Amino acid sequence: MTRTAKLFKRLRTERRCGLIAYITCGDPDVHTTIRIIAALERAGADAIELGIPFSDPIADGPVIQAASQRALAGGTKIGDIFDIAERIREESEIPLIAFSYLNPIMRYGLKRFSESARKSGIDSVLITDLPADEKLSLGKLGMIFLLAPTSTDARIAAVDRASDDFVYYVSTTGVTGARKELDPTLLERLGEVRKKVKKPLAVGFGISEHAHYQTLRDRCDAIVVGSAIVRAIGDGDAAGAPDRAASVVRRVLGR
Amino acid sequence: MRALPDRRGYFGEFGGKYVPETLMAALDEFERAYRKVSRDRAFRREYESILANYVGRPTALTEAPKFAALCGDFRLFLKREDLNHTGAHKINNAIGQALIAKRMKKERIIAETGAGQHGVATATACALLGMRCVIYMGEVDMARQELNVFRMRLLGAEVVPVSSGSRTLKDAINEALRDWVTNVRTTHYILGSVLGPHPFPMIVRDFQSVIGREALDQIRRRTRSLPDVAIACVGGGSNSIGLFFDMLRHKSIRLIGVEAGGRGPSLGQHAARFSGGALGVLHGTRSMILQDEFGQIAETHSISAGLDYPSIGPEHAYLQQIGRIEYHDCSDDLALEAFHRLSETEGIIPALESAHALGWMLRNGESIKHSGIVVVNLSGRGDKDVPQVMARGDAPSS
Ligand SMILES: Cc1ncc(COP(=O)(O)O)c(C=O)c1O
Repeated sequence: MTRTAKLFKRLRTERRCGLIAYITCGDPDVHTTIRIIAALERAGADAIELGIPFSDPIADGPVIQAASQRALAGGTKIGDIFDIAERIREESEIPLIAFSYLNPIMRYGLKRFSESARKSGIDSVLITDLPADEKLSLGKLGMIFLLAPTSTDARIAAVDRASDDFVYYVSTTGVTGARKELDPTLLERLGEVRKKVKKPLAVGFGISEHAHYQTLRDRCDAIVVGSAIVRAIGDGDAAGAPDRAASVVRRVLGR
Repeated sequence: MRALPDRRGYFGEFGGKYVPETLMAALDEFERAYRKVSRDRAFRREYESILANYVGRPTALTEAPKFAALCGDFRLFLKREDLNHTGAHKINNAIGQALIAKRMKKERIIAETGAGQHGVATATACALLGMRCVIYMGEVDMARQELNVFRMRLLGAEVVPVSSGSRTLKDAINEALRDWVTNVRTTHYILGSVLGPHPFPMIVRDFQSVIGREALDQIRRRTRSLPDVAIACVGGGSNSIGLFFDMLRHKSIRLIGVEAGGRGPSLGQHAARFSGGALGVLHGTRSMILQDEFGQIAETHSISAGLDYPSIGPEHAYLQQIGRIEYHDCSDDLALEAFHRLSETEGIIPALESAHALGWMLRNGESIKHSGIVVVNLSGRGDKDVPQVMARGDAPSS
């Protein structure tokens, strides 16, 4: 069982809604990314999504697009993600989820990627532009697939089957980006999906406020906070980035 | 003939549907709607009537003996897609998809455009059918195809400048996909080439295959034989697959696709996917892609906005792999030379995209069999490129 799967088991026994923090690796630089992750864990994040920067992030809004461009301009390579994971693993057992578009992983080599990822301590992988039907072999990495408000019952069943550690429910039709309000149809739709999905369920896209967490905490196993953290990281110098990122997590959790 | 793509949208190992989950239902809906209208006589009648009475099909087939004499010893026929309403082949697809969108009750249309031809065609289809239209276009392309930007606005479309990445066609597609993910319930995305996730490569091909169907018929009536060679420029690959599709099963016809050779062979200077690309996934489809060793998509260059794109339609990747179509490239300079020569010798100003097919022939005419019959797809007219050529200060030859 991956660390990610174990986390979701623990969250169920503790009857707690977890928080997964997304960051773009290499923004503002690889060294700072490592410090940011440690700060996010101290602030209460239960798992980290390691965003692998890509030149053409079609599922991302302006905040994560800009972070990816900064990371790539700074010279971040896919191999740096493994270095980051290794450094985190020296001190932490926090679940690490690689979050990527397919092309960089294909180019690196699927087998080589899954081996390097496992060796460096990465537990799971989520590939934004890989639907559950195209399930690729990524060795022992836990596969996570997305569900969307537009997913049909047949697709919900397929995604549930194909996902190993948890199912990631996209809260709204749209790209990533912090939103003030939750999608008004989310709660009803989430209730329906929850009944049909057997795997643990995380909800992401747009979640950035403590009020969102309060609304969702009894309705899913974890929430994902991305753009709000990434924006805070970009909002000042590198030295202050870990504190700014951590304060977003504390704010969402209401601590 | 083999029915490709297969049920999952693959041409051999190329194709598929690599998109965020949010779009999967819309792709299925589009495919179902397409299969339904393919069997619907009323739909076919409506589509064909618009092609005949509005677009101006069938387009002419023009023999071009003086340009042919500059290339070698063969008979050259131009398939005049430049004579379509709006000036390029793009409208064959735009009208077809807009009619399907209407049946799917989508009231809003989005599209990407590079050269502006697909944007103009889509804006035109929307004006005709009374639909809202938003066109995404890279800022670099907006500057070099200024005339088409104004045309789209005249037609009532909103043109949204795209300032991310290389600010060309690739980035316009990124933005269009982001819009589609957001507004998928009310919006249909009219993709302009045989690109993107299944079923787009299949549907766009089917709508463009009218080009080759007409051309075969016209050549047969004029020469009483099949063509020996068919040549077309390849951006995403829609005008070329449109010309080639009905010819694939005639094994005697040599099929040649011409990519943009740009300024030379180093990465970033061209858009020749087969000589410089590697297998990958971009914009929903698995194909040959210009990228760096880390899987980041490369910037491309071509003098023609319509060929300036790092990936190629998956069916082309397949037909190249099995050796049915050969692919070559043509440099910026050679395309420009052909642009001038066709204008002077035949009185036809070609689009810079189409000029790549002609340019390849200028240098490689001797590889074509003597007194053979050659058909070139003149995919569009060059009016849109005149300001760009003027600004380069290229003097006409006399
Ligand atoms: C006149 C013309 N020819 C060719 C192309 C290239 O596209 P495709 O390869 O899909 O035909 C374009 C695209 O904008 C175009 O405007």
